[in-house]
Amino acid sequence: MKASLGPILYCWPKEKVIEFYTQVAASQIPLVYLGETICSRRRELKFSDYMDLAHMLRDSGKEVVLSTLALLEAPSEYTELKKQVENGEFIIEANDMGAIQAAKENKLPFICGPTINNYNLASLKTLHKWGMQRFVMPVELSKHWLNTVVSVEKPEFEIEIFGHGFLPLALSARCFTARQKGLVKDKCQTICIENPKGLLAQTQESQPLLRLNGIQTQSAACIDLTSELSSMSDMGISYFRVSPSSVSCIEKADKLFELGSQSVQVDDTHCNGYWHQQAGFNHLQI
Amino acid sequence: MELLCPAGNLASLKTALNAGADAVYLGLKNDTNARSFAGLNFTPKKLQEAAQYTKQQGKKIFLTINTFPKPGEEKRWYEAVDIAANTGVDALIIADLSLLDYAHSHYPHLPLHLSVQASATNLGALKLYKEEFNIQRAVLPRVLSMKQVRDLSKVTPVDLEVFAFGSLCIMAEGRCHLSSYVTGQSPNTGGSCSPAKHVRWQEEGENRLTRLNEVLIDKSGIDEQMGYPVVCKGRYTTEHNSTPTHLLESPTSLNTLSLLPELAKANVVSLKIEGRQRSPAYVEQVTQVWRRAIDTYLNNPDNFQTQVEWDRALAKVSEGQTTTLGAYERTWQ
Repeated sequence: MKASLGPILYCWPKEKVIEFYTQVAASQIPLVYLGETICSRRRELKFSDYMDLAHMLRDSGKEVVLSTLALLEAPSEYTELKKQVENGEFIIEANDMGAIQAAKENKLPFICGPTINNYNLASLKTLHKWGMQRFVMPVELSKHWLNTVVSVEKPEFEIEIFGHGFLPLALSARCFTARQKGLVKDKCQTICIENPKGLLAQTQESQPLLRLNGIQTQSAACIDLTSELSSMSDMGISYFRVSPSSVSCIEKADKLFELGSQSVQVDDTHCNGYWHQQAGFNHLQI
Repeated sequence: MELLCPAGNLASLKTALNAGADAVYLGLKNDTNARSFAGLNFTPKKLQEAAQYTKQQGKKIFLTINTFPKPGEEKRWYEAVDIAANTGVDALIIADLSLLDYAHSHYPHLPLHLSVQASATNLGALKLYKEEFNIQRAVLPRVLSMKQVRDLSKVTPVDLEVFAFGSLCIMAEGRCHLSSYVTGQSPNTGGSCSPAKHVRWQEEGENRLTRLNEVLIDKSGIDEQMGYPVVCKGRYTTEHNSTPTHLLESPTSLNTLSLLPELAKANVVSLKIEGRQRSPAYVEQVTQVWRRAIDTYLNNPDNFQTQVEWDRALAKVSEGQTTTLGAYERTWQ
């Protein structure tokens, strides 16, 4: 099993994104996903900027995947998506069935991101037939689920686990970040830029619950499955994904396998419930 | 334009048809549908009865098989498709790829509708399902603006169905894990959103505390009108604001009566009323109002106006007694 770095889910200033990937290039992380997956109104980086970063990362020896938007609504977003799919050099991570169609139409292979509904082997096989090379397990599924899938037969596609980071829980048309600032989406001033790891929402008993990230809702807790590395390896999982929330994640992904199964301490509340067939926010000491 | 109404049981089905529904949708009594509440839904025998009654009325009946089969338990979902095919329902409403594949290859004559749980919002997704499984219709998630519905309607290879009235799901359906994050049960695999067994109300002085799996979703006055507790309609604080607010959405229902002319012009073929878990009284009230509204529009399309009494009647059965146009209206977004 190897480490992968998921796409940045937040709106970071362009300089910060470039600095981030410059550091990624110097790391040992073999697989890097990049692209805007949440909101087409975030225009800090354009398609050409992502292509420049992709070239830079490829030249430093990384496998690069271009991640696509998770919720496609306007015709312009679908046009932009087709441009990504038809980039001619890099494989895409499809986060919507529309992206799968675009890849399939062009007879291009693709990766299925965590927001594609994959709940059984027959569906995975169908997607593989259409060109799926690897899938990121939907975050609410468990080790038990995966064991059941891989025990039937050895899959012909790779498996990646969302192993560390804030969980992508939901997508809406509504921009929650703009809303809590009293702004409407069409005049949002790209306010997401003020919350580099989303905006923490707590219950009225001060329990951290959610994280607002534009039209996306994330978990307040950070999933941490690093203690499961060796069992994941035994199950034949190919990649352990670290979802970036700060520069420190690069170091984390880089050192993941040197530290073995030891969990790395971070400030946020941790969770691992989904992996153990429980409520996602639970944290089981195992 | 078809008026498509929910039927949680036979009584609701008959009520809906008598009140003017053109078609009804329903689910089997197990986790093959996303409304698997106790006491709801249809056994195969009741489904037969429902289909017979609906056909006698000259109306249509659609069976919802909109959860995603679990590995090792697929048989139950395939059987649901077999039952539907042998009962003579008019269409199946399906979300999962493997089930669409099964239904399309085993029963090519049986029309397939793409469930909202499949979360198809764009031309690419619709084309994929049309080309691969020959779906006839897609139910659009409640995330598109009216303009986006109109734009999609100009290029779609399949008929479009939209949610016209009922509970407002503000997330892209089929891709929301908020309920499973808190309760451990996924609506996608047969659990419902905010399963009732995890809901607990607690009175504390002047306040009522609403808990979901012990997480405090909301704190309200004893007399305050509250909707069914779901994570997205709770009141929370943020790092920057300690006043609890509805950060995502307040308890309210979707009501698109005023959009009826626009939806008709966009060639939307079916208007869906949400609420299989609601009472026959709800179904009757909502169906009657929508029947009148659609007939009024069809009789005189150029002069359609929403009637105050329609909105009043619908507000009575709405969450928090308020309604919204939701994502159809750009300013809501």
